[in-house]
Amino acid sequence: MNFKRKTFLIAAGSFLVIGLVHAQPGRPTDDPTKRDTVRSIAAYFIPATKSKKAPDADGFIQRWLLLEPISKPNRSNTVFTDSYLRKAFDTLYFQNQFTILPKDGETVAVGDKKLIWHALDSKNFNVKLFRFAYGLNNPVYGVLFWAVTVVNCPQEMKNIRMAVGSNSASMWWLNGKEALVLSGDRRMVMDDGVSTRMTLNKGKNIIRGVVINGPGMSDFCVRFLDDRGEPIKNITISAE
Amino acid sequence: MRSKSKIAITLLSMLLAGTVAAQVGKPFIHDPSTIMECDGKYYTFGTRGGGLISDDGWTWNSGAERPGGGAAPDAMKIGDRYLIVYGATGGGLGGGHNGKILTMWNKTLDPKSPDFKFTEAVVVAQSDGVEDNDAIDPGLLLDPNDGRLWCSYGTYFGFIRLMELDPKTGKRVEGNKAIDIAIDCEATDLEYRDGWYYLLGTHGTCCDGANSTYNIVVGRSKKVTGPYLDNMGRDMLKGGGKMVVAAGGRVNGPGHFGRVILENGVEKMSCHYEADLDQNGRSVLGIRPLLWKNGWPVAGENFKAGTYEIESERRGYALELIVDFVRMPVVRGFNRSNDEPIKPVASQELSDVSNTWPAGNIGVRIGDYMFRPHQKWTITPAPEAGGYLGGPYYKIVIAGTERALAATAYAELVTVPAFTGAPEQLWRIDQLTDGTYRIMPKAVPGSSEKLALISSGDSTPTLGKFDMNSDNSKWNFKAH
Repeated sequence: MNFKRKTFLIAAGSFLVIGLVHAQPGRPTDDPTKRDTVRSIAAYFIPATKSKKAPDADGFIQRWLLLEPISKPNRSNTVFTDSYLRKAFDTLYFQNQFTILPKDGETVAVGDKKLIWHALDSKNFNVKLFRFAYGLNNPVYGVLFWAVTVVNCPQEMKNIRMAVGSNSASMWWLNGKEALVLSGDRRMVMDDGVSTRMTLNKGKNIIRGVVINGPGMSDFCVRFLDDRGEPIKNITISAE
Repeated sequence: MRSKSKIAITLLSMLLAGTVAAQVGKPFIHDPSTIMECDGKYYTFGTRGGGLISDDGWTWNSGAERPGGGAAPDAMKIGDRYLIVYGATGGGLGGGHNGKILTMWNKTLDPKSPDFKFTEAVVVAQSDGVEDNDAIDPGLLLDPNDGRLWCSYGTYFGFIRLMELDPKTGKRVEGNKAIDIAIDCEATDLEYRDGWYYLLGTHGTCCDGANSTYNIVVGRSKKVTGPYLDNMGRDMLKGGGKMVVAAGGRVNGPGHFGRVILENGVEKMSCHYEADLDQNGRSVLGIRPLLWKNGWPVAGENFKAGTYEIESERRGYALELIVDFVRMPVVRGFNRSNDEPIKPVASQELSDVSNTWPAGNIGVRIGDYMFRPHQKWTITPAPEAGGYLGGPYYKIVIAGTERALAATAYAELVTVPAFTGAPEQLWRIDQLTDGTYRIMPKAVPGSSEKLALISSGDSTPTLGKFDMNSDNSKWNFKAH
């Protein structure tokens, strides 16, 4: 066998093997952009309904009002120190930023842009902000996302903790009170950062978060843990 | 505080740190019995009567009372009474071997209590001086499976024997015939754990101070009557035994094993060291963590003062101050010329970053360990702070500073700019049976709960109830 033919066969064989590996059934391919000729968020989100939604089996909150990304250019996530984040998140980007409970389709003005709030249910335990932005033809890198949701409690729950994972850094509030900050170049890990002991009020509780990213695939996941570290599931989630 | 005084205290702390292998006070004893807790105090009895008392388990002094003289007692609480067993020997070693084992009861071990009164000692075993046994060095086991009470006894003169006692009376079970379970060891003790019976014995040379080679070995069996085999399958009747503890640091000659189970996952072992070279080479009480590795007991290490990464067993992240990460001025480590001269890069030092830290309280979190100043903790015994069974309370400060880790009200954590010695700034450190550590504040402001340092998330520490079955409750100290 001459060298060129041997090299070709090895390369062709490797290609076949790699192709087969990729074609293995079981895990659906996670790249709908390849299938989409028109960008969409449908593979990751469905519109939130009026009916209240329970958390998933692990207590993750899947219903969120998501604001289209605000441009916040950063070439690297290494700048996300605590003081950088506090300054970045304390900046007022739109009116009533820290109190708003928006409606689906409501717009806010950020600089010269009008950004839309979307009430959505994530199909996953986590909220894939990158896919949200990509599907809506918004910028995906160098961005800042605001998220709001409403947790309805059948009774007051004391000594609960908000548990968050985010890519990249983020900051979270419960009923207007700071719950936690995840600083640095973060990967999304469930229960990465956990708040101190807090109280979920009987009735409505507003959760607010902001996620910042430079070049990463933004996403987050949030759930509440009880005083034994077990997920809280006897709550409902609504977008209003 | 003037800097000279500060330096003196630091030096004293460092000196103390090197000598924490044994207890403090006047912990001088030989052949100590298993440590008993009675009404909040700790007791151990030794050869020739008497023994030690401790209020906190760390500082020990004379004061325990045991009549009868003789040698090498053991003790056990059964119901609401304490059973004491001891040997009245004919001399041991090169002396006579006509020994006796005696038992007696007391409602309390506190000599100041009106209830303190020993029952008359009864003989439960004896050796005639000629047979292959010397009836001294007893050790007790109350079998948790069936409530039967067993006692091993003997020394190098012949066999270690096992007899059965009546747990109600402390007397020998009528008709019980002693059996041989080991040879060529002494100061035995029996333990039970997870379906195995363990026979711990002391090998080596006794009673020769700094030259004593005493060491504690173990074999195990599925039946209390043996055979007790070591990790190589050798029967202790043929001299088998796996090492539990030998000499180390500046103490040598550990012997006379005793086990204390504080709670699930937190165990201590007691022994004497034939010589503590930091205390005139005297025989002293030793208390160490007891670890279980692959089903075998092994002595853990008493915590050594030093500067450490405090690593969470949950994910492997490190306890750190919540401060801005300060980047090192180093360019990317790859795609560089091989012709560059190789030279070391200085580590980031405290002085490089401390001016970026707030002056007041700073919170703590858990993060990727990068050997940075905000992640290095210096842990030293806190002077005058007392202790707990087997250890002193420690102060935990950021290396090179007095910034101290403290418990807060609401059971959270913070660092305060200066260590004051307040109870919420004092920390108890116990090595657990799996070799990891539990870290507990002496007090949590406004709470009487016994809480430990816990990971509530990968990146979030808090205080919560210790749970041996959760890695959230476990920490490692890494000296890099």
